[in-house]
Amino acid sequence: MPSLNHAELTRRTFLGRSAQGVGGVALASLLHGNSLRAAPARGAAHPLPLPQRVRRVIWLTMAGGPSQLETFDPKPRLAAMHGEPMPESFTRGQQLAQLQGQKLFCHAPQFPFERFGRNGTEICSLFPHLGSIVDEICLVRSMTTDAINHDPAHMFMNTGSQIAGRPSMGAWVNYGLGSEAEDLPGFVVMISTGPGRSPQPVASRQWSSGFLPGRFQGVQFHGGADPVHYLANPPGVDRARQAADVGAINAFNRLHGARVPDPELATRIAQYELAFRLQASVPDLLDLRGEDARTLDLYGCTPGDGSFASNCLLARRLAERGVRFIQLYHRDWDHHSQLREELPLRARETDQASAALVRDLKRRGMLDDTLVVWTGEFGRTPMAQGNKGTTGRDHHNRAMSMWLAGGGIRPGLVHGATDELGYAAVDKVCTVHDLHATMLHLLGIRHETFSVRFQGLDARLTGVEPARVLHDLLT
Amino acid sequence: MATPPRIAAAFLAASLLSLLRAAPAGAVEFNRDIRPLLAEHCFACHGPDAANRKGKLRLDVREEAIARGALNPGRPEASELLLRLASPHADEVMPPPETNKPVAPAARALLERWIREGAPYQRHWAYERPERALIPPGENGIDHLLNRRLAAEGTKPAPEADRRTLIRRLHADLTGLPPSPAEVAAFLADPAPDAYAALVERLLAGPHHGERLALGWLDAVRYADTIGYHSDNPRNVWPYRDWVVRSFHRNQRFDRFTLEQIAGDLLPDASDETRVASGFNRLLLSTEEGGAQPKDYESRMLADRVRAIGTAWLGQTTGCAQCHDHKFDPWTMKDFYALGAFFADVREPAIGRREEGMLVLDPEQRTRLAALQAQEAAARAAYERLLPAIDAAQPAWEAAARTEPAPATANSAVERTQRQVRAALAKAPAQRNERERTLVRDSHRNLSGLGAPERAALAAATATRQAYHDSLPKSLVTVSERPARVVRVQPRGNWMDESGEIVTPALPGFLPAPDFGGRVPDRLDLARWLVSAENPLTARAVVNRLWAQFFGLALSRHPEDLGSQGELPPQQALLDWLAAEFMASGWDTRHVIRTITLSRAYRRSSVAEPAALAADPENRSLARQGAFRLEAELIRDRALAAGGLLSLRVGGPPVRPYQPAGYWANLNFPPRDYTPDAGEAQYRRGLYVWWQRTFLHPSLLAFDAPSREECVATRSRSNVPQQALVLLNDPTYVEAARGLALRVLDGPAGTTARIGHAWQLALQRAPAPAEQAEAERLLARHTEDYRRDPAAARALLATGQLPPPAAADPAELAAWTHLARVLLNLHEFITRS
Repeated sequence: MPSLNHAELTRRTFLGRSAQGVGGVALASLLHGNSLRAAPARGAAHPLPLPQRVRRVIWLTMAGGPSQLETFDPKPRLAAMHGEPMPESFTRGQQLAQLQGQKLFCHAPQFPFERFGRNGTEICSLFPHLGSIVDEICLVRSMTTDAINHDPAHMFMNTGSQIAGRPSMGAWVNYGLGSEAEDLPGFVVMISTGPGRSPQPVASRQWSSGFLPGRFQGVQFHGGADPVHYLANPPGVDRARQAADVGAINAFNRLHGARVPDPELATRIAQYELAFRLQASVPDLLDLRGEDARTLDLYGCTPGDGSFASNCLLARRLAERGVRFIQLYHRDWDHHSQLREELPLRARETDQASAALVRDLKRRGMLDDTLVVWTGEFGRTPMAQGNKGTTGRDHHNRAMSMWLAGGGIRPGLVHGATDELGYAAVDKVCTVHDLHATMLHLLGIRHETFSVRFQGLDARLTGVEPARVLHDLLT
Repeated sequence: MATPPRIAAAFLAASLLSLLRAAPAGAVEFNRDIRPLLAEHCFACHGPDAANRKGKLRLDVREEAIARGALNPGRPEASELLLRLASPHADEVMPPPETNKPVAPAARALLERWIREGAPYQRHWAYERPERALIPPGENGIDHLLNRRLAAEGTKPAPEADRRTLIRRLHADLTGLPPSPAEVAAFLADPAPDAYAALVERLLAGPHHGERLALGWLDAVRYADTIGYHSDNPRNVWPYRDWVVRSFHRNQRFDRFTLEQIAGDLLPDASDETRVASGFNRLLLSTEEGGAQPKDYESRMLADRVRAIGTAWLGQTTGCAQCHDHKFDPWTMKDFYALGAFFADVREPAIGRREEGMLVLDPEQRTRLAALQAQEAAARAAYERLLPAIDAAQPAWEAAARTEPAPATANSAVERTQRQVRAALAKAPAQRNERERTLVRDSHRNLSGLGAPERAALAAATATRQAYHDSLPKSLVTVSERPARVVRVQPRGNWMDESGEIVTPALPGFLPAPDFGGRVPDRLDLARWLVSAENPLTARAVVNRLWAQFFGLALSRHPEDLGSQGELPPQQALLDWLAAEFMASGWDTRHVIRTITLSRAYRRSSVAEPAALAADPENRSLARQGAFRLEAELIRDRALAAGGLLSLRVGGPPVRPYQPAGYWANLNFPPRDYTPDAGEAQYRRGLYVWWQRTFLHPSLLAFDAPSREECVATRSRSNVPQQALVLLNDPTYVEAARGLALRVLDGPAGTTARIGHAWQLALQRAPAPAEQAEAERLLARHTEDYRRDPAAARALLATGQLPPPAAADPAELAAWTHLARVLLNLHEFITRS
């Protein structure tokens, strides 16, 4: 949050000393919402070096690592070789996860692909809704990553580094651009899990602000009575009682400031006001009663169910309110086994809502300045994994699929390709750093010059290795 | 390199300003004036990193810069460096335009002057032995050095703070606990000339000084209760935390403190105590994730340990050298891996569950365990005495057993065993193999019922001993295992690339090191070197970090980086003197703390006049004290203390405060439940809160407590709305507020006196008239409100696990709870000034 300037401070002090008593005015202003709000903060990247194509990001993370071979990357040759040994020319000397050192067999794509859209793009038949918007999205079949275990892979995807302590993308973007949301955090995270199995954990460091100031860290919204930790008043304290206390706290703080000048104090006062407003704005945000039946049907959600579909709808509401970076996780894509049984469930939980989000943004004219990204943290092997029950696929870092949609993104494009068995990206290979560079580019930021001094280095989201903006994906 | 956005740009601007101020006086000074410019603009391509060096030119070594024509001492007009800065040709100009780092005209002028003056270099300041400035006898070195500077600059230092501020400051810095109103009153009234010094000594000697100092060290070594990666499961290591607290409490010398942590298992006088200390080597992140490759994590753990030594002891950012020679400091990749090789003998699984750890017993526990072991041995002997007689009955049992029907299925382990027994019974005894003989014999012993009472007694004794064993403290320690793991330089940090050179333990080549006479040094040698008189870094790093605890900002701003990208400390003479003094005192940490707290500089007021604030907003001149928000753990301590709830017990297993439901929902393998502790454990100091790395307690996280996944030398100090939500709504703070209200109502009668009492308990001062009036208004508002709604009052008072007092008037107590809550939320309450 920005510190208040001197004029604001003076006015606050003046109000604070009026005849009604120091707490009274503050209380009234809090309750009636006419407190002095700070102007939207401008971020560190201003003035923006590039035209800003999008103002916000909605990142859909399919946590666990969805298989590209059962989603977006058709491989008839792999089907033909089903059950045959994986040719060693593909895998020799490569890093594998649980299959390391085991005999490797080709495993056919488990579900048919269908053609969708103007270009007849092939997408797995489990995703008809995404198929129906294929002309709106840009599909990348040549994505790769460095990491091969969940935790480091999420870290790499979110922070550009496998070492803990780096800021996540959402923190970087808020640092660079500032927040446009007056009464909400600039970076919101929501996590959903389908019913059933035991999904991979997701650590809170995935939305950490790392070495950036703490105000840029992601705030997790939960379903239930306490959507943000400590948001609810204690039992027996209603909003008026809370307002009386917050008003008194700020009144006492102003009196203190009059005795002891302290630059932090103005910020402290502003944060109490913001906290109090958050206590109203978050429940308001989460209250889906105002959404019409058509919209609820579009997403396929029941308000309050904590599903991915509900979260997609909330993501749109957050976007409307100026939240800069919204990240949704949907867990349980880690199909070492039970690929045939489980992956269709994840598809059902996410397909309609992901497509609905893009459609809804579009019909509201928001898709032009929003970037939607759909990724996992890595892909999966074309080889079978059979040592954990019914067959599945192991982690894989050399091939994965993702899609993007929104402002500046070339709709309907299919970018890059893997080899004939879907083992490795071979055409127009994209890296995580490239993705980050491209996202920053769309936001108006040059990734090469967007850095913060940390441990003696100008640390960048895109790291020290060369990264490219994926201009092919852009209009 | 890139134009950094605001933070770095502001930095640069500030450093240029200081250059402009500083330079025109005396001669240009390389370390102060020139090295930062070269580091900022040139070293990325023309520095120590050989692999990425451009045009074979390095500017960090004078001879090479001269040999390549970049510098022509005395002749700026013939120095390529300067010519390139001003070149009109886009392909010649330096730094290259795309790096967006143009050199400002003032900086260019400075470089020109420097070359004209002969382009003298200096070794990087932190790699020189710290100089111990001569201090006149009887003077405090800190005051001598600071006052000399202040006088020269014509700056008038702030006056001494008032006594209430001083005692609160000392308490915050030396114990982290607030003084009681009585302690403040006694100090205010103490006429003794040495009252202040006596207070310092009392706090240093007390039971809580060790806890206060431990906070910073536990950050530096990334102490936590869980493994960090993926499942983030628990591990046993809290006895190490208690060892740190104890070490600071008894003022263990820092050299020995170092030896015990890095090589507590290798010391000639190694003991359980030093082995617990050697748990330091086990504090790093580890994984239990399926599919994790041992070599991958071996590599991660090596790098983790090198970074830890770099941060906690050397104040060096070594991480860069994992993939390439450091771009700014003389760390080579070989230095990095050779330092990591010191730890290649540490026995540990590369992946998977950590072992239970060593039993850490006090004498009473040791006696009890020995007694239970003896009882178990006696029970075993009693049973074993019967075995010959029991076994003699076996043939008859076998004959009967052969006639019993076989189990219908083989689904359970029991059924499978039964089938194996039957198969063995079918054979003649002489035909059975060893396994079958044992199987039949044990089946008979278990099933025949012979010696049943003795068997039961043995089982009971074993269970008792085992249950006691399970309840005992254990701690991961270092066990040295030879041969050590082979360590290679990993090209580009890639663990799959095994083409790199094999390295053995070696100290960084650019720092002075002892001659090991051809012997390969071990961890003990490393530890001794870290705290040797030749090592220029450790003492500086330690006192620099300590300074931040007592003034809010370290002397060299980035305590994790005393390298060329760190900050040349504006008070270098002071940092160096203090470091030298630390070493000369025999690494006596308490001597340094005493020197700091007894100085006039420490005792100054933190209240800045507007002019002083404008001239030196960050107080780098140290003309005043600092005012800064308390650490997360200390805010908790202060609130619980004000509420009369704080437990002052020192040490023990980690504790679980109230935590929002579902906070651990995204942990798995296994899913985690969270049950807050009951009773006294609920009210322990923040130091003892369960440190879950991937989901640190949200009230600590909100106040910038680090996750301790990486070593941290400085905590950030944010000011965010979540902090307000914690202090307003976390049940810990609500319960503390109720506790404070009860204490107030237990005190003097009458609203005015009670408000005064509340202020004393929370802030150790009397309320100002305006505060008194506001407090009365708030009390009246809430009392009236809750009189109309007593159910709400009772609901508020039921927060927390302590039962509300039955006799109290709920509306009155609720109203006072509100006022207490307001006090616990005040900026003044969470600020140390």
